[in-house]
Amino acid sequence: MSEKPEKLIDKKGIRLDGRKTDELRPLKLEVGVLGNADGSAYIEHGKNKIIVGVFGPREMHPKHLSQNDRMVLRCRYHMAPFSVQERKSPAPSRREVELSKVIREALEPSVFVDLYPRAGIDVFVEVLQADGGTRCAAITAASLAIADAGIPLRDLVVGCAAGKIDDTVVLDLYDAEDKLGAADVPVAIMPNLNAVTLLQMDGILTPAEFETAVSMAVEGCKKIYAIQKEALRTKYMTVKEEAEE
Amino acid sequence: MSTLLTRVRQKQIGQLIDAGKRLDGRGLTDYREFTIEEGLIERAEGSARVRLGKTEVLVGVKVGTGEPFPDTPNDGVLTVNAELVPLASPSFEPGPPDENSVELARIVDRGIRESKAVCSEKLVIVPGKKVFVIFVDVYVLNHDGNLIDASALAAVAALVNTKMPNYEIEDGEVKIKTGYSPLPLKSHPITVTVAKINDKLVVDPWIEEEQVMDARMSMAINDDGNICAIQKGCPGFFTPQQILEAAKIAQEKAAELRKKLDW
Repeated sequence: MSEKPEKLIDKKGIRLDGRKTDELRPLKLEVGVLGNADGSAYIEHGKNKIIVGVFGPREMHPKHLSQNDRMVLRCRYHMAPFSVQERKSPAPSRREVELSKVIREALEPSVFVDLYPRAGIDVFVEVLQADGGTRCAAITAASLAIADAGIPLRDLVVGCAAGKIDDTVVLDLYDAEDKLGAADVPVAIMPNLNAVTLLQMDGILTPAEFETAVSMAVEGCKKIYAIQKEALRTKYMTVKEEAEE
Repeated sequence: MSTLLTRVRQKQIGQLIDAGKRLDGRGLTDYREFTIEEGLIERAEGSARVRLGKTEVLVGVKVGTGEPFPDTPNDGVLTVNAELVPLASPSFEPGPPDENSVELARIVDRGIRESKAVCSEKLVIVPGKKVFVIFVDVYVLNHDGNLIDASALAAVAALVNTKMPNYEIEDGEVKIKTGYSPLPLKSHPITVTVAKINDKLVVDPWIEEEQVMDARMSMAINDDGNICAIQKGCPGFFTPQQILEAAKIAQEKAAELRKKLDW
């Protein structure tokens, strides 16, 4: 790892990568990127590159895990061995087990699970390159992939983090800020329902800073939501045009 | 968990909570009675048992030596592991740790790590080569709800109870001497879990409430009242207002619990 810079943010409020305190990294979202999956999406959020494939609704395997009054949503968050500086072992780490759980719990409130009793749906998240904030980017892409699979949703789920670097609360930490910063607060919301479905925090924040961080992250989510919606629309406009030809 | 029984219970618990009451007679923001016993396991360098209502968690701390992580050559190592022991609940099964025990361990770990509770720089024996490794093992003995708070409390109590072996270095070898000194601690985080049931917030959910809750939020609060870790859990949601409200409740409860402790 390179030497720790003295300051993560300068006097004018400009961060190491040139962003302002409340500025998002560049974002690119694409829907329907995989051939075999029922739904899929790809996100580039800063240097994060994440691909999500969704299979289902389909019969549950193993069968005994199915629920007779609802669909079971499963999620696997996994990082490619080449996605980080030091090669990561492909075996699931404890971090990945935990993230799979919190991502699933962030997505599930948006899905009408009771429409598909006994069925299962699998969400596979593959982080191809990580640059901080992968769980939030994964949720944004996974929600699109579920929508792409044609599964009825209450709302899309969109994720974005806020955090504290030096003494300032800022939006959307990238890798170096996440590692060297004081705190990180990943958040995911269903924007039209005013519902927070993912909230974690590590680092130390005063109650006032925490409040600022949550509202900043929620605002960030809403900005990403506009791009997310556009990505979904783009795919189906293309489908429509192809059908009309 | 959507058996018929839990659905009936869900209605009952929900109606009670709407009226500001709970099935076990507590108010919405009442914490269950708890006791802490320290130093029950002589073989362990530190140990503590917490009883929170009928929930019972034993934490043992073992101290070993090992190599530091390459990126933190001047820090000791802390690892937290949690075992949902099959004798603690009919729903626990033997086998490798499942996602629930991994999550529990990581929440306890994050509370201790992010509050910088353990002075890791004082655990260095030979910088970059040899450091103390603190193994915190959470052993759930009886599950009656809110394992997170009980485990976090027991873990910090066990660290407070931990005695570090005295040592000297002879020809590059570590020689253990007689006598012990306490593990250096900088802070004592207290974790408080708030559950959302029927759109209302309740503190310290017990097992019947956990089976019907929409979501939970666990917050680790530092000695000075700052928040040092959060985990939202379960497939439900909070509104932003409820999050701030829950954070306030957690801070008040942490301060209240802290008064009962001699940390």
